[in-house]
Amino acid sequence: MLWACLLLPHLALDGVLRQRAPEGPLVLVDGPPHARTLVAVNAAARAAGLRVGQRLAAAQALLAQFEVVPCEARDIAHSHALLASTAYRYSGEVCLLPKAVVLEVSRSQSLFGAWPQIARRLHEDVDALGFRHRLAAAPTPHAAWVLAGFQDGIVAESPAHSQRLLEAVPLERAHLRARDIETLARMGIRTLGQLWRLPRAGLLRRLGAEVLDYLDRLAGDVPAGLPLYQPPDQVDWGLELPFEVENAAALVFPLRRLTYDLAAYLSIRDGGVQRFTIGLEHREGATSVDIGLLSPEREPEVLFEAARGRVATLTLPAPVVALRLMANHLPPFVPEGRDLFDERPVGALPFAQLRERLRARLGEEAVTQLCTTHDPRPERSQRVGGGEDGSIDPLPRPTWLLPRPMPLRGASPRVLAGPERIETGWWDGETVCRDYYIVRTAQGQKAWVFCPPGEQDGWMLHGWFA
Amino acid sequence: MGAVVALSELLDARQVWRGRAVPVPAGAEPTGWSALDAVLPAQGWPEASVTEILLPADGVGELRLVMPTLARLSHGARPVALVTPPYLPCAMGWRQRGVTLRNLHVVQAPESDVLWAMEQCLRSGSCSAVLAWPRQADDRALRRLQMAADTGRALAFVFRDSKHLAQSSPAPLRLALELAPAPGIRVHKCRGGQPPAMPVAWPEGVH
Repeated sequence: MLWACLLLPHLALDGVLRQRAPEGPLVLVDGPPHARTLVAVNAAARAAGLRVGQRLAAAQALLAQFEVVPCEARDIAHSHALLASTAYRYSGEVCLLPKAVVLEVSRSQSLFGAWPQIARRLHEDVDALGFRHRLAAAPTPHAAWVLAGFQDGIVAESPAHSQRLLEAVPLERAHLRARDIETLARMGIRTLGQLWRLPRAGLLRRLGAEVLDYLDRLAGDVPAGLPLYQPPDQVDWGLELPFEVENAAALVFPLRRLTYDLAAYLSIRDGGVQRFTIGLEHREGATSVDIGLLSPEREPEVLFEAARGRVATLTLPAPVVALRLMANHLPPFVPEGRDLFDERPVGALPFAQLRERLRARLGEEAVTQLCTTHDPRPERSQRVGGGEDGSIDPLPRPTWLLPRPMPLRGASPRVLAGPERIETGWWDGETVCRDYYIVRTAQGQKAWVFCPPGEQDGWMLHGWFA
Repeated sequence: MGAVVALSELLDARQVWRGRAVPVPAGAEPTGWSALDAVLPAQGWPEASVTEILLPADGVGELRLVMPTLARLSHGARPVALVTPPYLPCAMGWRQRGVTLRNLHVVQAPESDVLWAMEQCLRSGSCSAVLAWPRQADDRALRRLQMAADTGRALAFVFRDSKHLAQSSPAPLRLALELAPAPGIRVHKCRGGQPPAMPVAWPEGVH
């Protein structure tokens, strides 16, 4: 077994920073309203002298202008789940630990390559998501967790190696309870190695079973007992905006974040999405925008363009304070088959993406396909939508069809072929009885016209042999 | 220097040769009409370019002219797009002429967005041919379409009224359909060669 641990020391702060790019100082605060405390500060705020643990009032005395963001448990959980879903790409066994994600990678090595390759991919993915992190690997999840906090990039290949590395770890870094660390420090115990050498019976009496249990999990003597992460089957993500946004065009940046996260999530699940909803939350009420695609998609650009096309042209009834993305049904994604010797030029868009771009600007029904039906009436001989190709009519048909027949104007035409009688439709009350002719108009056009049976007058134009 | 040398001897010795226009390489996009191919410098449509087709009225053979090409392209990997056609394409009629409807997409755009939609289709590189019937297309718009067609390696067919014949156009190939005195296709401009003096007549029994 080899467990990798992604330690995320700045989980809450990075989760906020990736959604907005503040130039100035920014702090996260938590605690009751009368005693707000700084729980995280960005680099600009630290340079100005703000520290974690300060009261908000003290910070405001130090610095006049900085952004204050409340630390929401919901946002942290969302970031945590996002990272877990990223890790899920590399392993089916993913567990969550406080400010960390652990995953079992020994069985993934035959697919992704040896540990250095997996480590590189993990670094790239988590960097792309915008989270600072440390990575370590060890035979047990808890040992990996402790080692990641102790030294970035460390790998313990065997239990003995892991034991040796852990022995040097000071107790403050070993994720023990603060109360136990203090008790042990008074006994002169400062590292995990010293702790391990103490008699178990004495430890049990002084500190309780929990510490012993934790030590056993570190060493791998008992199973880690962590619940496995399961990716959810639906998506409902929120994104609080830093300001009230009055112009829909300003929603493009957060929208890109959301849709790209959705694409990352879908590619991990190996699923696609055909319908999703963007909720624009106002102070009171919400506007929801349904986005439908013609087929399940998961390309970030396709999703983003589809969402942007609908949202950016909206007229907002009220300022937007938060965005929401909901997708209830995530159908399996079937990638478009492509030929090895594809003749498309380099850098060509897939047609699906072009189609979504056109639909986003021109409307849902803007791009259609045609197919023939079995109805002999010309008005009903075709419909919108792709379908099987049936048999081909032996009688000549024009290339242009008028949506509804209209009288043929001008001098009387010269008949080239005909008549072809179409007399049908008695079953649905729209009986048609016409003689169709191919004629040449006085102007020289070749037309498909009809007249009542037996007559050669009162021509109705129905198509062009263009 | 005194000796007089006959020109024919020099020609035979290949010391002197007759000048000739650089031939345009034969393209891979035949029109399907052999008489027309014969007079076009690329022996077909200019590749990845705009072809402007001017017509006096609807229904004079404008689709017949491009139909062999559309039939051929619709069996390829990339689809054909029709941007805001003036009438409904008759599905059965197109199939009778060899077009696979599976690879034919109809884009409906308001007049102001026709050129935009056409440019998107061309530039994306995912269409093999794009047909459009713009009402307002000036010199600049056609130039943009030419750039887009070149980027996306696609054939662009722009159908316009004959009254635009007097305007200059950046399209490498301009064809006008004529009805009088005889129905035919007149080549008004073809890059890389001289337009023939006479219109190309339709094959027997086609028009």
